Amino acid sequence: MPVFFSQRQFVVPGELLAEGNYMAGSNVYRVGNKFFSSSVGLAELKDRTVTVIALSGCYIPRPADLVIGEIVEVSMASWMVDINSPYQAILFASEFLSKPLNPLKEDPRRYLDVGDMVIAKVLNFDRTKNPSLTAKEKGLGKITKGIVVEIDVTKIPRVIGRRGSMVSMLKKETGCEIIVGQNGRIWISGKTREDEMIVMEAIKKIEREAHTSGLTDRVRELILKMKKSQGG
Amino acid sequence: MLSSAPTKLISDDGRRADGRRLDQLREIKMEVSTLKNADGSACVAYGKTRVMVAVYGPRELHPKHLALPDRAILRCRYHMAPFSVEVRKSPAPSRREIELSKVIREALEPAVFTELYPRTSIDVFIEVLQADGSTRCASITAASLALADAGVAMRDLVAAVAVGKVEGKLVLDVMDVEDKYGEADLPVAMMPSKKAVTLIQMDGQLTFEEFKEAFNLAVKGCNQIYDFQKEALRRHFAPKIEELEGGMSSG
Repeated sequence: MPVFFSQRQFVVPGELLAEGNYMAGSNVYRVGNKFFSSSVGLAELKDRTVTVIALSGCYIPRPADLVIGEIVEVSMASWMVDINSPYQAILFASEFLSKPLNPLKEDPRRYLDVGDMVIAKVLNFDRTKNPSLTAKEKGLGKITKGIVVEIDVTKIPRVIGRRGSMVSMLKKETGCEIIVGQNGRIWISGKTREDEMIVMEAIKKIEREAHTSGLTDRVRELILKMKKSQGG
Repeated sequence: MLSSAPTKLISDDGRRADGRRLDQLREIKMEVSTLKNADGSACVAYGKTRVMVAVYGPRELHPKHLALPDRAILRCRYHMAPFSVEVRKSPAPSRREIELSKVIREALEPAVFTELYPRTSIDVFIEVLQADGSTRCASITAASLALADAGVAMRDLVAAVAVGKVEGKLVLDVMDVEDKYGEADLPVAMMPSKKAVTLIQMDGQLTFEEFKEAFNLAVKGCNQIYDFQKEALRRHFAPKIEELEGGMSSG
């Protein structure tokens, strides 16, 4: 049962990855007992599952993903939310408000209007209908302060860092609250707009230089430098 | 450029009008992610033929009634820039361009996992910047690169090349003069690692024996193009490999 790649090797669509008793993970397809890459990325073998970590692509919602969306349409008892994906999500009033919304008596725009942004979780999505969201858990809901930045979806893991190292460093160094949506949008809220701008610059640097090593340290340096220039 | 028929397209020592051997490709150049605003893009040059492709999607489809419940639709627009040929071409889509758009779409469709993106559209815009023969082949090659750049799931890249018959001899990667004054033209697109042909057309006449030989030559050419494609993707994405490995050490 041969494997035709070394761990984290660069592969392109159509490359033969393995043959034999394996399982196909993400971005891998099988024909008979042969496994091929379906995307540009890095091949990986873990517990007999062959996967390819994609290096480009759009956001495809998955249940339980944390996402940041923008309201684009208001209906009687629901909102349509742009979540930076080919599929628009739906947020039902029952998944946003703690009490039932009577559209005859109340205007749903009182709670969320077009252009408002929400932090939400994907409830379910099966590609036959649009994904639905929930904003009822703690920490979710309408965004009332702070800023939202948008970056390449495939670079989100880099902003989080290994076991959250990058994002916790950003929080510690700037004192800002940060929520990273899986759909490529990041919410930042600090004491001052200047603090938020520092995080935004840092995130842009991460996106730009995602391909260099020792990035966490350099981002920390950048933050310290910017903090200093602000203080002076 | 020659305005009248050249006297000889293949010299006595087996060289073609531009000095190539019979089974030699033109100089191939490929670059990925050339356009900032597209989800995926690529520039490909087969000698003087140059095409630029932009891919948008998978994205929400408008008008919505065109959406398919079980898969994405692939939309293709092949267009020649007015300045791409010697005599200014009207920028309006001609019969030929509409036909080529369809042909190219059908050459790409078998490679794309459209069923992974139901109800969406994947839009491919192909602009021929300079035409010197084999534009449909260069377009297919570039479009599959742009699709891979956009991160669209694909079975394989699609590589394409044309074989022609000129003065009784089979030649690889047909250029404009050979296409105009040659006896036959056979564009072939394939998924090289799947060994599957996605497009084959023929203009002119070939005997069955010639056809077999021409087809084998085209397969050989496609494999060479395929290597260039893989190399172009590697060149663009290679720095990102360090990204994830760097993340492991610095994180």
